[in-house]
Amino acid sequence: MTTADTESTPVVPKIGEEILSVDGLVKHFPIRKGVLQRQVGAVQAVDGLTFNVTRGETLSLVGESGCGKTTTGRLLTRLLAPTSGKIVFEGRDISHLGEGRMRPLRRDVQMIFQDPYGSLNPRHTVGKIVGAPFRLQHVKTEHGVKRAVQELLELVGLSPEHYNRYPHEFSGGQRQRIGIARTLALRPKLIVADEPVSALDVSIQAQVVNLLEDLQEEFDLTYVMIAHDLSVVRHVSDRVAVMYLGKIVELADRVDLYEKPMHPYTVALLSAVPVPDTKRKGKQERIRLQGDVPSPINPPPACRFHTRCWKAQEICKTQEPPLVELKPGHQTACHFPENVEAPAAKADQ
Amino acid sequence: MTEPIEEVQDAPVQRVERGEAFLDVRNLQVHFPTDDGVVKSVDGVSFKLERGKTLGIVGESGSGKSVTSLSIMGLHPPGVAKISGQIFLDGQDLVSSSREEVRLLRGKRMAMIFQDPLSAMHPFYTVGRQIIEAYQVHNEVSKQVARKHAIEMLDRVGIPQPDRRVDAYPHQFSGGMRQRAMIAMALSCDPDLLIADEPTTALDVTVQAQILDLIRDLQREFNSAVIIITHDLGVVAELADDIQVMYAGRAAEYGTAEDIFDRPQHPYTWGLLGSMPRIDRERSERLIPIKGTPPSLINVPSGCAFNPRCNYAHLNDGLSQTERPELLDTGNGHLVACHLSPQNRRQAWETDIKPKL
Repeated sequence: MTTADTESTPVVPKIGEEILSVDGLVKHFPIRKGVLQRQVGAVQAVDGLTFNVTRGETLSLVGESGCGKTTTGRLLTRLLAPTSGKIVFEGRDISHLGEGRMRPLRRDVQMIFQDPYGSLNPRHTVGKIVGAPFRLQHVKTEHGVKRAVQELLELVGLSPEHYNRYPHEFSGGQRQRIGIARTLALRPKLIVADEPVSALDVSIQAQVVNLLEDLQEEFDLTYVMIAHDLSVVRHVSDRVAVMYLGKIVELADRVDLYEKPMHPYTVALLSAVPVPDTKRKGKQERIRLQGDVPSPINPPPACRFHTRCWKAQEICKTQEPPLVELKPGHQTACHFPENVEAPAAKADQ
Repeated sequence: MTEPIEEVQDAPVQRVERGEAFLDVRNLQVHFPTDDGVVKSVDGVSFKLERGKTLGIVGESGSGKSVTSLSIMGLHPPGVAKISGQIFLDGQDLVSSSREEVRLLRGKRMAMIFQDPLSAMHPFYTVGRQIIEAYQVHNEVSKQVARKHAIEMLDRVGIPQPDRRVDAYPHQFSGGMRQRAMIAMALSCDPDLLIADEPTTALDVTVQAQILDLIRDLQREFNSAVIIITHDLGVVAELADDIQVMYAGRAAEYGTAEDIFDRPQHPYTWGLLGSMPRIDRERSERLIPIKGTPPSLINVPSGCAFNPRCNYAHLNDGLSQTERPELLDTGNGHLVACHLSPQNRRQAWETDIKPKL
């Protein structure tokens, strides 16, 4: 479709190799007070994340609001600078690159935003919005930018005649498609999608989910999906990371996570999803978590979930459980995990 | 749907035996005249609801679910909406009542929980003061008694330290707590009818579960009639006894929760069920979306409003494009507005839809 990838990727990328690795990622937002704006505390939005993303997979970050999933997405795309920790994209440390040095990499790492109303400039035509990446990156296209944009519009299921229209003329689902077209303009390798379907109606949501899956297959895209809808996450992901108060509490293969969740928080989350099955009405065994997520300004010590956990014991308040691999490919940070096959797993605490 | 006219005329304000139901909505139409044309947000909706029962209204944005509930509450600004039809609440017709009469009903007879508690509560007054005000409008009690009642209500909906929290401002509450506070406010006068418009859409799933439990418990306790409006089929399945599926301002299908989920009859309902990834089933390779987008309510497609998006419209010899289907009983109170013949419908459901859900 476009020739955006003329000079990039001389080596043929392989599915399954590591595209992104994150090590000990931390982001604290300082809280300042008083005339001198002294720092009096920090919102510990993201507090020590370590994970890898392999090429061609979809990794989802799930969790309740305030767990730091959006901040993580913005760190990965370097819309925010991390407080500490490392982000390595294709073997290159991008954690502290300046804006100018980051710019060429923006071709490879793109973002889809949640709000299709806020993320498109209302004063620009669709052509200008989707063509912007070409202009900003000085990418030459074979048959001109207009042609490239029209091809992109067709690719995402819009009509090329929409080129001269304005965002307000489109419905939410169509706007989300415009945003996706812009994201795809430079043929990125990694797309961070922040709640790409949560603002859409159910029937439109399914269209966009299918579109994202088709595009992934066609262009070997890697997705980091940020979402809170656990049913959608199960449908789209290969692996899922569950976050709670700035930390990953469980990271596993999709099937493993949904069938044998190990962290009590994951168990509670899954049991809370309302199931559209009338036979299970009222019978569904539900774990009621008490209260709300504590404030990330002053998170509970040790295991951050202990204030709401029904299995919490003394050790949970004093010693932080590390994120360890309890089963191949299944990492959990808990002193008393569920669904453990061998009782030996408890001994190594 | 339409009753004989003479029945409408005999003393609509008196509490006579008008229908059996506590809430009886008949052929409700809400039209908004605009410069571009008349927006027919609700165009002929009828349903009944008993005390102690829950009705779920499901549909996409613009299907008229919220407009229906706002008309019941009498919350459309005067002169903006043209409302016709009847809404009987315990025998009293709300459409023909004056605004003052309806205002007196709000709070005590009926109350509403809104989607966004931050904009539904006044940011300038404490949560307690807002509950106290609502309570004092309907009960002649001193401020101390009303305050005590407010604290009780906050405690009832599970707000920790209610005696301190009563003096907090809405912004000091988290999203889930604000929603609870609003439920406390809505329930402070034991309303007979509770309308919950997307009560959990803005909330996280664990908090959503708490709020749904709360609504269910409170309904059992007060024996109120509840209307729950949502686009989340999981939430409706959890709470509703009966479900009305709305499309472009009209009911597409009406039935018990079992009817809608186990034996759905309308292609739109099939589409909704197919669009939704299910956490309780084998993961399907692909979702089955409904093609196209919801129609503009100024220019609703002729015939069946769903026909441009329907995969079965061609089976009806053009009837779908020309004639609007009536909402008809297919047996046991399961109503469907669709031209498909029973054989075609059964075949489509058994072969195309059911195996893929």
